[in-house]
Amino acid sequence: MFLNGITWLLVFQLIGEVTVRLLGWPVPGPVLGMLLLFVSLVLMRRVPATLDTASTGLLGHLSLLFVPAGVGVMVHADRLLAEWLPVVAVLLVTTLLTMLVTAGIMVLATRWLAPDYHGGGESHD
Amino acid sequence: MTEPDLADIWVYLSASPLLGLTMTLVAYLLAFQLYQRGGGSPLLNPVLTAVVMIILVLLASGIPYPDYFDGAQFVHFLLGPATVALAVPLYQQLSRLRQLWLPVSIAIVSGVIFAAGSSVALAWALGATTQTQLSLAPKSATAPVAMGISETIGGLPSLTAVLVVVTGIVGAVLGTRLFDLFRIRDDSVRGIAMGVAAHGIGTARAFQVSKTMGAFSGLAMALSAFATALIVPWLVDLIGL
Repeated sequence: MFLNGITWLLVFQLIGEVTVRLLGWPVPGPVLGMLLLFVSLVLMRRVPATLDTASTGLLGHLSLLFVPAGVGVMVHADRLLAEWLPVVAVLLVTTLLTMLVTAGIMVLATRWLAPDYHGGGESHD
Repeated sequence: MTEPDLADIWVYLSASPLLGLTMTLVAYLLAFQLYQRGGGSPLLNPVLTAVVMIILVLLASGIPYPDYFDGAQFVHFLLGPATVALAVPLYQQLSRLRQLWLPVSIAIVSGVIFAAGSSVALAWALGATTQTQLSLAPKSATAPVAMGISETIGGLPSLTAVLVVVTGIVGAVLGTRLFDLFRIRDDSVRGIAMGVAAHGIGTARAFQVSKTMGAFSGLAMALSAFATALIVPWLVDLIGL
């Protein structure tokens, strides 16, 4: 049942939020909630069907959840117009460079530290 | 009974969360259909199309963003449970993760430092204000994390939210082409790079490519959220902003 799964997600988020506030950690609650859920799944050694349904449903349309924040661009139109050059340059250049640098380091580190690993398959995009 | 006045109905609707919520879902569904009709071309990224559609409607109807967000916040809220839900695909990749945890950790930590450092440096070099530089620093982390960090270091959280979304769109639209161009074919490598640079929007794109790429992107997004929260405030302190 979907409701069961979504309840578990909220419970783990709540535990995460309360913990980071009590301990004053700089990490967001949902991120800690995710790690706690991950540890629980490793201990249980399986994913309950309800949790699988709920998470597949949510992650299947992850893009939707970013729309409200994206529309907020209209609030910052003035600042963005005034500083369009640095903002556009940073968003384009550093995002793509970050991808290349991360991928490069990952490839080198895998060859060096996990030479037995034979790749995660090719995509067909 | 009097005839219902259209203006009255409009007054009711524009003050109710119903309009903003419905608008968000309808715009996204239209954008998603367009994306599928276009053969899944990353240029028709559904977030981008939906955001443009909603802004046009809000500008045309004169509804201010805070009124829109009153309704849209119910969708925005789901970012939290969705972040928690990433534990599931992550667990399903456990055997790969066992082999790769060390290279993955090294790649993520270096990627996070590079993302924040290069953003601040380039923004500074091109003459952005300090507040904009600080708002750009956590741009590769997922929205709720980046907003929290932005607040801590003295940026503008709502500006950071926008920059985060645009960063994700850039990564989702151009990422797979970039990987093809540089012959990066391993889906675990592609996923890690996508998740570090382009968080949840990149992860959504990665899941469309393959389950492996999506899971690794989700893992990178989650771990880099942690790393960003720990590293970026310290990095900003170090540069002396």
